[in-house]
Amino acid sequence: MTPVATPFFFYFLSVLTLGSAFLVITSRNAVHSALALILALLGQAGLYLMLYAPFVAGVQIILYAGGIMVLFLFVIMLVNLERSQKEEQYSRQWLAGALAATALGVLFVAVFVKGKALFPASSVPVAESSNTQQLGQLLYGPYMFAFEIASLLLLVAIIGAVVMAKKRI
Amino acid sequence: MLDALTSYLTSNTTPGQAGNVLWALIYIFIVFGGVSVAVMAMNWLERKALAHFQIRLGPMRVGPHGLLQPIADAIKLLTKEDIIPERADRLVFWIAPLIILCASFAVYVVIPFGPTHAITDLNIGILFMLGVSSLSVLGVVMAGWASNSHYPLIGSLRSSAQMISYEVAMGLAVVSAVLMTSLNRSGTGTLSMIGIVEAQQQQQIWFLFKFFPLGFIAFVIFAIAMVAETNRAPFDLPEAESELTAGFHTEYSGLRWSLFMLGEYAAMIAVSSIAVTLWLGGWLRPFPNTLTGATWDLVFSLFPGLTFLALAAVAGVGVIRMPKDPYFRVQTTGLAAFGMLLGVIGLVLFAPPVRDRIQDIFWFTAKVAFFMYMYIWYRATFPRYRFDQLMRVGWKVLLPISLGVLIGTAVVGVVI
Repeated sequence: MTPVATPFFFYFLSVLTLGSAFLVITSRNAVHSALALILALLGQAGLYLMLYAPFVAGVQIILYAGGIMVLFLFVIMLVNLERSQKEEQYSRQWLAGALAATALGVLFVAVFVKGKALFPASSVPVAESSNTQQLGQLLYGPYMFAFEIASLLLLVAIIGAVVMAKKRI
Repeated sequence: MLDALTSYLTSNTTPGQAGNVLWALIYIFIVFGGVSVAVMAMNWLERKALAHFQIRLGPMRVGPHGLLQPIADAIKLLTKEDIIPERADRLVFWIAPLIILCASFAVYVVIPFGPTHAITDLNIGILFMLGVSSLSVLGVVMAGWASNSHYPLIGSLRSSAQMISYEVAMGLAVVSAVLMTSLNRSGTGTLSMIGIVEAQQQQQIWFLFKFFPLGFIAFVIFAIAMVAETNRAPFDLPEAESELTAGFHTEYSGLRWSLFMLGEYAAMIAVSSIAVTLWLGGWLRPFPNTLTGATWDLVFSLFPGLTFLALAAVAGVGVIRMPKDPYFRVQTTGLAAFGMLLGVIGLVLFAPPVRDRIQDIFWFTAKVAFFMYMYIWYRATFPRYRFDQLMRVGWKVLLPISLGVLIGTAVVGVVI
């Protein structure tokens, strides 16, 4: 069986992700931004698939594209769009923006140049059929503590949201 | 060429796993065509059954007993004027029905109609199905917002709240079924749709009856949540006619509206297939472990043919009861021809090579058809919920119960 992860798919998904991410920040309409963001998230899911991580890709679709983005749209639709379109779209802090962009660019270039030493030359991809099982064993084995801390964090966030939403409990 | 075609038939996997592009394409065409035909049949059956529930006749004019009504409807919808409201967001308005259609058809890629009769078998099968079908809520939200009108906006807000709420209970019910797949010697479960059915075969029990009543409760929760998830009565608040005219697709007409309908019915079939796969043993025939032996195999393999012969008999009764007036001559011959066609299909299904290959598909389809009839039955029986009642049922009843079932399943599974 030949692998489907051809360079064409990589470039296609990258262009899709980057292009729609660009649209997210440039389009004036908040709903269009959200829709472009969904496309970017789906492109990312495709990239995860290419990294032989189907479970992560599935979770990306079900949580981000199907769940969180719906809530985003839900909130945006309740906002008065006509007023928000008249407001200024970008804050004019060119200096900070340029500095951050340069720093990120330098980081990318450094990784690109020195990357060979940082990463292993090649790693054996986990068989697709046991990917989910291995992920589960890692999450409930070596990374148990981090996993549980993350769930505790989410619990705190839920309680915080309830406290903020309800005046009298 | 011929060699490439026939070489797959002897292999024992799905075309997706075998990496056979040609057969994958053939399967895709068969499945999508079959689903589209099933949607048309469902459309006719729904109108007929609803009418008889309400002591009406339903469609009678187009073809004998209105059999050609779906085709007439399709032609009407295709030739209707396609209206986009002037102040609508044209791009989003245009994309929304496509998203719903793609989301509800893409899930058919992993539905197993038989041990090898699936387009492909993903390691994350059930997760893929839930994820992709959850994308259809985006289409609903976009349609409601892009119409730039009050009823669609309220309808889509209701719809997104409803679908997200019921997705939670639905997901937890699914997880409790997935947990049951891990009760084998090696202790590893599976998310693959084919693997789930095979686990039921190995454990010699449908998950519906596993750990009674835990599996049964999870199934009931899923059965309720899937009706809410597909926006069908009694949970059809997003398109409640009496308050919102037609909900999120009020402004749609013609072809675009028919895409919404196609997507809705395809999604109904898809979620029913999930229920069948997870709890009702997928393609397994009834009692595969107790009623074994060559005789029982033969008896059960006759069912597909007998079903079609029974349908042909029903058509035959219809022919006899048709009025004898010459005005009805065309309809009578049409119905007779249709009955003959069903009879011939039934006879073909008795032939041993066809019989053995069609069995899995028949049992799967029969179980799904039962669910589709239940959908119609719900719609004719239950009054619509009020929105706060709907939310209360989702969050305060279904969610705690499904959490309890999940914990219960885990505890029982570890103890046993």
